[in-house]
Amino acid sequence: MPEDCIYIARSSAIAARALAGEMMVMNSADSTFFTLNQVATAIFQAADGHTPLREIVRNQICEQFDVDPEQALADAEQFVADLSAHGILLVSNQPLAAETPR
Amino acid sequence: MSLMSEVGQKAFNLGVPVAVHLDVTYRCNERCVHCYLDHDDHGEMTTAEIKDVLDQLAEAGVFFLTFSGGEVFMRRDFFELVEHARRLMFNVKIKTNAVMIHEEEARRLRELDIDTIQISVYSHRPEVHDAITKLPHSFERTLKAIRFLREQGLRVTIANVLMTVNSSDHLDVQKLAAELGVHYTLDPTITPMMDGDTSVLSLRIPGEELPEVFRNPALVGSQEEFCAPPKPPSAEDLEGYSCSAGHSFCYISPYGDVFPCVQFPLPTGNIRRQKFLDIWNFSPQMKEVRSIQAKDLTVCSSCSHVTSCTRCPGLAYVEGSMRGPSTADCEKSFYRTGVPTANMLQQGLSKPRSVSGNGAPLIQIQPIQIQPTTASA
Repeated sequence: MPEDCIYIARSSAIAARALAGEMMVMNSADSTFFTLNQVATAIFQAADGHTPLREIVRNQICEQFDVDPEQALADAEQFVADLSAHGILLVSNQPLAAETPR
Repeated sequence: MSLMSEVGQKAFNLGVPVAVHLDVTYRCNERCVHCYLDHDDHGEMTTAEIKDVLDQLAEAGVFFLTFSGGEVFMRRDFFELVEHARRLMFNVKIKTNAVMIHEEEARRLRELDIDTIQISVYSHRPEVHDAITKLPHSFERTLKAIRFLREQGLRVTIANVLMTVNSSDHLDVQKLAAELGVHYTLDPTITPMMDGDTSVLSLRIPGEELPEVFRNPALVGSQEEFCAPPKPPSAEDLEGYSCSAGHSFCYISPYGDVFPCVQFPLPTGNIRRQKFLDIWNFSPQMKEVRSIQAKDLTVCSSCSHVTSCTRCPGLAYVEGSMRGPSTADCEKSFYRTGVPTANMLQQGLSKPRSVSGNGAPLIQIQPIQIQPTTASA
């Protein structure tokens, strides 16, 4: 397993629902509200804690959206960092247990 | 337009029920003088039934879920229901009187990442609050609960229903909210009781007292803007719709009856007999509510207030027609701007007729009766 492997999982603190293919996400802690476009929604939905981000990008993004893999991965990492900063996604270099509300 | 408004508009245009108000019980430990509910249990949904409803709502695209009652904590399974809702990733708001919330409950609510807890507070004076709730020491218990919730970092809103018996207290309740570090909302709407009894409307504050509220910048923002005379409606305005009831919002009673809104007692179906989405998509009543545009309103389409009025189609329905005026809102529009409404002009009135106890014919929320099936011989 490469050392730079990133694993992502959805936080249990959030609320989320798809509306016409785009995900609405709200963090109850600070009421920040996001809508994710289709690409971001695909990453969010695949954030199961045990599939590496690189694999999510390759299987969910590159195949569906016909984009350059390296560019897609760089964009995905930026997106993951942004959502992680808002407590929407949990990020680790180890597999994560999928969170369910406590 | 804010992102939230954009999403609301998108859901409205797509006909997605993005927000649902679910009353899990009508039972209550308070007996508020203005309450419109029948607090007896006439067969409220079981834990399993409500969980199934929540599953269906998630599938239908509901994002904002409000649990209310009655008093939600009268249900022993309430936390089980909230846990299920959060597992389904709803944004959960709770309306409660909070008297059953102690440290442990507050901690549990924090763990479940509840968005907001709205709590009824009627006065800053314990004797006035307790006289309204008819529960001794309820003020003390409610305030204690608010402090527990704030200690957990939860977002709390004080809802202050304005009526004759507490009309002079709202500024002090606002101050109390600020001291407690919570939000404040004020609502002057008193609704007839479920059994059709309109005597409770005598608690509505006289219209003449509304301007004081409408000139409170903490409540309305810019007074100049809020109280500005209405602009003449454009052709586009007349193609518009009243509110989100039946478009992107609905209400579900503890008995499984589905209505366009908590203030719109038009039965559209029962979730014990039909799938939620079948009611939402195919109920003739829902479709009728959805079809009504401003141009279809019998009196209001010719009213200068039509685009700025808070006209509630549910209250209009209670008065006799969902396409007619809602007198309480006519009154608010008049006292907000000083400009008479079409409804007043049609009746030759220079000021609104008091809407307190008007004896209008009422169609009320009643559980839909399930016909017993007869076994064939």
